[in-house]
Amino acid sequence: MDLFEHEARDLFERYGVPVPRGFVADTPESAREAAAKLGGTVVVKAQVKTGGRGKAGGIKLASSPGEAASAASAILGMDIKGHTVHKVLVTEASEIAEEYYLSFLLDRANRTFIGMASATGGMEIEEMADSITRMPASAFDASAVFSPDVAEEVNAVASALWKVFVSEDATLVEVNPLARTKSGRIVALDGKVTLDGNASFRHSRPDSGSEGDPLEVRAAEKGLNYVKLDGTVGVIGNGAGLVMSTLDVVALAGAAPANFLDIGGGASAQVMADGLDVILSDPSVRSVFVNVFGGITACDAVANGIVQALGLLGDRADKPLVVRLDGNNAEAGHRILDEARHPLITVAHTMDDAAGRAAALAGAGKES
Amino acid sequence: MAIFLDENSRVVVQGMTGSEGSKHTRRMLAAGTQVVGGVNARKAGTSVGFDDVTLPVFGTVAEAMEQTGADVSVLFVPPAFTGDAVIEAVDAGIGLAVVITEGVPVHDTARFWAHAKDSNTRIIGPNCPGIISPGKSNAGIIPADITKPGSIGLVSKSGTLTYQLMHELKDFGFTTCVGIGGDPIVGTTHIDAIAAFEADPETELIVMIGEIGGDAEERAAEFVRDNVSKPVVGYVAGFTAPEGKTMGHAGAIVSGSSGTAEAKKQVMEAVGIRVGKTPSETAALARAFLTS
Repeated sequence: MDLFEHEARDLFERYGVPVPRGFVADTPESAREAAAKLGGTVVVKAQVKTGGRGKAGGIKLASSPGEAASAASAILGMDIKGHTVHKVLVTEASEIAEEYYLSFLLDRANRTFIGMASATGGMEIEEMADSITRMPASAFDASAVFSPDVAEEVNAVASALWKVFVSEDATLVEVNPLARTKSGRIVALDGKVTLDGNASFRHSRPDSGSEGDPLEVRAAEKGLNYVKLDGTVGVIGNGAGLVMSTLDVVALAGAAPANFLDIGGGASAQVMADGLDVILSDPSVRSVFVNVFGGITACDAVANGIVQALGLLGDRADKPLVVRLDGNNAEAGHRILDEARHPLITVAHTMDDAAGRAAALAGAGKES
Repeated sequence: MAIFLDENSRVVVQGMTGSEGSKHTRRMLAAGTQVVGGVNARKAGTSVGFDDVTLPVFGTVAEAMEQTGADVSVLFVPPAFTGDAVIEAVDAGIGLAVVITEGVPVHDTARFWAHAKDSNTRIIGPNCPGIISPGKSNAGIIPADITKPGSIGLVSKSGTLTYQLMHELKDFGFTTCVGIGGDPIVGTTHIDAIAAFEADPETELIVMIGEIGGDAEERAAEFVRDNVSKPVVGYVAGFTAPEGKTMGHAGAIVSGSSGTAEAKKQVMEAVGIRVGKTPSETAALARAFLTS
């Protein structure tokens, strides 16, 4: 779960990571008020969960409240890599002497956490890969990277940043750039925080306000594991690996998957109906591929779930479904689907065959 | 032979009295697993009846081990309590802890991994379907009746893809199938399982299933290049996954240009692993090795 920059800034402030003064604004008028409160030159920054804001024109300097209002007016509503800007962060501008990089993150390979630091910052992380020093988080020491005159202060920032990481159950806390201002202050000018969704039960986390696709928001409300993609073949399956594999098989059949949707082990009629409902609400979907391997779940129960789900959806179910059931009780499942004679359902017996049929029904694929 | 789990394994279930725990204890018993008891501090001294047996509930893992000779624990403990439950099992000196629970905070997993690292406990999971040595023992939630004993060793991040391959290759059968789980930190890696399969005389072929995220598959490929003489067939899921989106499993995410399925496939193929484009093609590659 990625946070917006302003949310990361608030967390930093709470744990004592130095940040510039600033306010969030969602209209040009409130940006003007923010700039007036801050006084002097301010920076108006688009709040989107993606990089490359600067290059896209999403960050502007303003030397007066009026300029801040017109900067906000230009930035709000802007589209940056598919993310619409709904808010800007207005902060006091800093006169930068030097830019550094500092982060703590999960080290999957070593099954622990590491700290990373660089005395050059402010660029995309890929561009400075060579200059970054990696250290075990428990042995982080800025003096390995920074000159003695700033190392102590950077260590203090790192210690506060580590508190954010541990106390908030983060998997990434990153300051880029960490700046030394001309007045000698060390300050976090931009931050990125990713929180572990699995730890939400022990935090009262404000809803970060999804900027995501409306279908993703709706699916999340129903507790579905759904990711919107760009294609025309809707996909439902059980198990994350099998669903990812299903998307790939659809692509190999010459079509593009419209979504990822993992309905998990149970596959009850209600979950199937909720899943189909979300997928069929996607106007770009032309066919749906239901791919279930019955491990613990019996395929006859899944088949009943599909038939009942179509009943629950009524007229909203208006696109062809290709169903592939395999594993536990697959034959009984096929019998149920055959007997239902539902005009929208086609039964296929292998993943590859099902993907080909779904692609053809979507008007794509190698057969059309 | 089998790896990590065999007919002599004696299994306790942490969380046996819960709905998932009792459902899967019944399934494990039906698959021939020697389940010898459960652990729940609040229900110590009680017992739970299954179809043919009544199993005692112990207050601690240590007590269960002492009374029953258990050497494997399967955990169906809610995520908030999983970290402490694993640490309890490690401190009791259990040989294998299979953590089925999904949704464990990664800070907790890092904590119990650090605790277990220099102990005698092997951890499988979390967020995994467990491990099965068909015909011998089943510790977790893998369906036992979709395959049979045989000569293939399988290690996978994904549960349902494990089942799919077990089913497609059921005529050859398996020595052991290990579901290592889809979390960013897991107790047993592809490398751990592949090393054990290489050492197991009955395993003739190794199937490794990976998915996007991290570089576990790349590191496993290097290990195969340097240490493995048996044929290895692979599969990677998630070629169509977009950057920056978590695909169901907490660890399944492409970050920037790292963790892509294409990169994993290339590294695996470069060391001689035959990688299938689909699960059925992967099964066909395994079949070709075993019949040649």
